Amino acid sequence: MAKSWRFLIPLVVFGALVVLLLIGLGKDPRKVPSPLIGKSIPEFSLPELTDTGRTLADDDLRGQISLVNVWASWCSSCRQEHQALMVLSEDPDFQIVGLNWKDDAQDALGVLRMTGNPYDRIGYDPDNDVGIEWGVYGAPETFVVDREGIIRYKHIGPIDRKVWEETLQPLVAQLKAER
Amino acid sequence: MTRPIQAILLALLLFTAGIAAAYTLEEFQFDSPEQQEEFRELIAKLRCLVCQNESLAGSQAELAQDLRNEVYEMMRAGRSEDEILDFLVARYGDFVLYEPPLKPSTYLLWFGPFVLIGIGAFVVIRTIQRKKASPEQAVSDAERNRIEQLLKANPSDDRPRPSDS
Repeated sequence: MAKSWRFLIPLVVFGALVVLLLIGLGKDPRKVPSPLIGKSIPEFSLPELTDTGRTLADDDLRGQISLVNVWASWCSSCRQEHQALMVLSEDPDFQIVGLNWKDDAQDALGVLRMTGNPYDRIGYDPDNDVGIEWGVYGAPETFVVDREGIIRYKHIGPIDRKVWEETLQPLVAQLKAER
Repeated sequence: MTRPIQAILLALLLFTAGIAAAYTLEEFQFDSPEQQEEFRELIAKLRCLVCQNESLAGSQAELAQDLRNEVYEMMRAGRSEDEILDFLVARYGDFVLYEPPLKPSTYLLWFGPFVLIGIGAFVVIRTIQRKKASPEQAVSDAERNRIEQLLKANPSDDRPRPSDS
């Protein structure tokens, strides 16, 4: 009686293993979770790309919601998300801060002249000094920073309509509601 | 030369070329061979997040170069190995380490295989003990007759005969 179902045990264990591995396959190994989520933004200070006389510092990210977008002129996915950023730059709920990463200033400015500038301010980080502080390991990456300067989310890869509508927009709305 | 041998030689060549390109320590200056060795060991423990299956020591990615420089600078500044590892983990996460740290969220990873082996061993031992404990089945007269018949019907068969125990 008790034995009648026992032969199923290996099958069930095997099935569980298959499900586990399938879930693993579906995950993108390039998306490494950031340990900085929930932590305060790192201290930094960078010359601005558009006006090297001015500096962009961590304090500029406090007081309002910010999308911090890591980009470079050599990064083709960045060009892909550029249009989305242009649309988002019209949204008054947040500022878009660029981190021009491992790039050449002339090349970067060339891209902005050609395709428009969606950024409120851009830090120029050719040597990855600030990139390392933020744990940046590729471009594009986008951090969502709340008014207190806490990193709330990191998106790896280009922002498109789907990412915006399903992930970033609800988060921004939630941050906006926090007072 | 046959095609497979050519292919193997080519693979070997590519492999050794990869190793030759992997060590780019010439650009770093060290005070002593020990320090160089320490640096070499340290960057071998760290993962390049761009290539993921390469260590910082082996990777030619630009990010790996930046992180090698960072590690080098920190070492020159007298920071200990643990401090350097903590610095990178705080920014890039545990994934930057090739060997995952032992902590509650990785217990399954570290001990899971041993638990599975334990369960397997338990099942095997119990099955064997069960088999031992169960009494031999008695052979009925009808079965004995059938056995005799079969043995007689095929006397030249050189398969081992079942020993009567």
